[in-house]
Amino acid sequence: MTNTKIVSPKQDILYMVILSAVVLTMPIWLQPFGAAYPDLMQKFMIFGIFAIGYNILFGLTGYLSFGHAAFLGVGSYTAVWSFKLLSMNVIPALIFGTVLSGLFALAIGFVSLRRSGIYFSILTLAFAQMSYNLAYSVLTPITNGETGLQLTQGDARILDRAAGIQADASLPTPNLFGIEGIGYSGFYICAALMLISFFIYLRIFRSPFGLKLRAIKSNQSRMGYTGYNTRPYLMTAFVISGMYAGLAGSLLAVTDPLAGAERMQWTASGEIVLITILGGVGTLIGPLLGAGIIKYFENILSAFNDTVLVNAFSFLPDWLANGVASVLGLFVGDGWHLTLGLVFMLIVIFLPGGIMEGINRLWRLVSNRSSSSAEDKEKEQPSTKEA
Amino acid sequence: MDAIFLQILNGLDKGGAYALIALGLTLVFGTLGVVNFAHGAIFMMGAFCAVTLEKILTLSVRVKDESVTFFDAYKETPYLEVWFGDTGSAIINWSVPLSILLAIPVMLLIGIVMERSLIRYFYKRPHADQILVTFGLAIVMQELIKAFFGANPIPQGAPDIVAGSAAIGAVFGLGESVVYPWWRLIYLAFSLMTIGLVFSFLHFTTYGMVVRAGMADRETVELLGINIERRFTIVFGMAAVVAGLAGVMYTPVLPPDYHLGMDFLVLSFVVVVVGGMGSLPGAVLAGFLLGILQSFSSMTEVKDIFPGIDQVIIYLVAVVILLTRPRGLMGRRGVMES
Repeated sequence: MTNTKIVSPKQDILYMVILSAVVLTMPIWLQPFGAAYPDLMQKFMIFGIFAIGYNILFGLTGYLSFGHAAFLGVGSYTAVWSFKLLSMNVIPALIFGTVLSGLFALAIGFVSLRRSGIYFSILTLAFAQMSYNLAYSVLTPITNGETGLQLTQGDARILDRAAGIQADASLPTPNLFGIEGIGYSGFYICAALMLISFFIYLRIFRSPFGLKLRAIKSNQSRMGYTGYNTRPYLMTAFVISGMYAGLAGSLLAVTDPLAGAERMQWTASGEIVLITILGGVGTLIGPLLGAGIIKYFENILSAFNDTVLVNAFSFLPDWLANGVASVLGLFVGDGWHLTLGLVFMLIVIFLPGGIMEGINRLWRLVSNRSSSSAEDKEKEQPSTKEA
Repeated sequence: MDAIFLQILNGLDKGGAYALIALGLTLVFGTLGVVNFAHGAIFMMGAFCAVTLEKILTLSVRVKDESVTFFDAYKETPYLEVWFGDTGSAIINWSVPLSILLAIPVMLLIGIVMERSLIRYFYKRPHADQILVTFGLAIVMQELIKAFFGANPIPQGAPDIVAGSAAIGAVFGLGESVVYPWWRLIYLAFSLMTIGLVFSFLHFTTYGMVVRAGMADRETVELLGINIERRFTIVFGMAAVVAGLAGVMYTPVLPPDYHLGMDFLVLSFVVVVVGGMGSLPGAVLAGFLLGILQSFSSMTEVKDIFPGIDQVIIYLVAVVILLTRPRGLMGRRGVMES
């Protein structure tokens, strides 16, 4: 795996270039998969940001947070409020969303990081549930309760009005100096931010700071014996990952200016855990892959319904087609979570390193078979060390 | 005074459910060392045992409705009523208590199958892996239930004879106006009884003694030639039964739906942590304590002072406990203490 090899900065730049090329051409190469529409690609990017942020905490330090959705929610609410009060420009929304989530993470992290292991999970879960419950009840003036926070015609939008931009009959859309936050332009805004986030994440990954985080994961007490106070490092990681979640949350609001409390529910926190595990915990690109795959299948599988299935199996005799369709019907459409749960269980049982581990294993298998030169052995060594 | 009395009852009632679930969680953790996130789903499966039995009992045949004379009207009449008349109706009416008989073997089976086929491969894996795999299992279980029973809550009735309210005010000298639903009183009695049974099983039988010995020092018990793994499997099944029965009996209080388990899981984990990981009395104590706290905080007088406190009180308590006393109220020193 890449993280134990010494990687020159040049290789990293190459890495970034390849990733950017892949991401920016997504509207083209996703066409055959039927996934090249902006809404879905925005989701890929947004949850990609969320997942790489989560990976900074869980992947590097091993602290399993079950409350990250709270930061996503805070980011969304802040962004919508920024649209309402200040301006429809996305820049203040993103800045406020990220910073406020960071502050929120600072407060929660300050308390939660006093404990580790399952207690840390429960503490973060408790805080997220508190935020969720409060958003539904007492904080209704801020969150608009069950309806969700929405834009209205009569919003203040101080900066916009000062600049002489008046809303016409329809609701204004979030924009970046005129570039709209929806559709393909929205996708490119998200993609650019994702690439920037990924670059920062890459730098963290390679830095001495990232190394210390990984040291905490492998043995925190030994880290303490060597004279490091681990708390500040954990705290920084927690806040950074909270900020990533906040950024993702505000981007959700940019692409669709609406914020609801259900974004903070613990099932949403569970989803990001699923994404990260599925892709590969602690790997560079794994979380991005996980986000893409889960969002893709969520979209594809939940679009299926019984009629589509029956049509798909129309080559079979009628009774058989109906039978097959009704069995498969359990796994698609509304029931796609069942598929998700099963796949997730299989991954945890057989492939704890996620898809990235799968790819690595396949790669090793292929490279062992094709040749047995010394070059291959060199390649192999770091990956076995990692495992 | 009346209000306080009723809130205590309410709290004990809710606490009963928390305590039963937390008891199972703690049993599993104490014996197998597994953090089981699917325990809430087991509770939900128990509730759906009651739903299933009710569905089976009310399998109906279409018969002509004689009371309508203007046109041919049909109504659904359960087979049981057709065959046995009033006795049949009575059986249907008692479907929830009867489901206990169904739930015990079913839940035992589910528990044992779950342990043998999945959980046992996770003894040695880190707690994070156990959480994740059981979380996946919980999703699978709840989605299966959703596929078969739909997404809407399915109300279950208590037997008519206990459907009303008990004038408990008269008994405690608080006046006739203080009443409380019979079924909730029964639930409280039931949970106390179940807790008592579990404790006496562990403390007054040889089997239970061996299990406790295994919890304390597994290796030594194994060296004595006892197949402790099999006993632990049985204990896992027992924990499933306890959670399942809690679910069955809870159906008249709260109509079950597929995410019932998840709702209770989060709370019961908090309960376990507050009580102390691995401490059975702690789980019970914390369950009742948090139930009472929750019902007191939902009183309007309290809510006026601290708005929204009823929504967060349990989590707030958990945070305070974890920060001041990480091993919980009654946790043993050194168990998951970090």
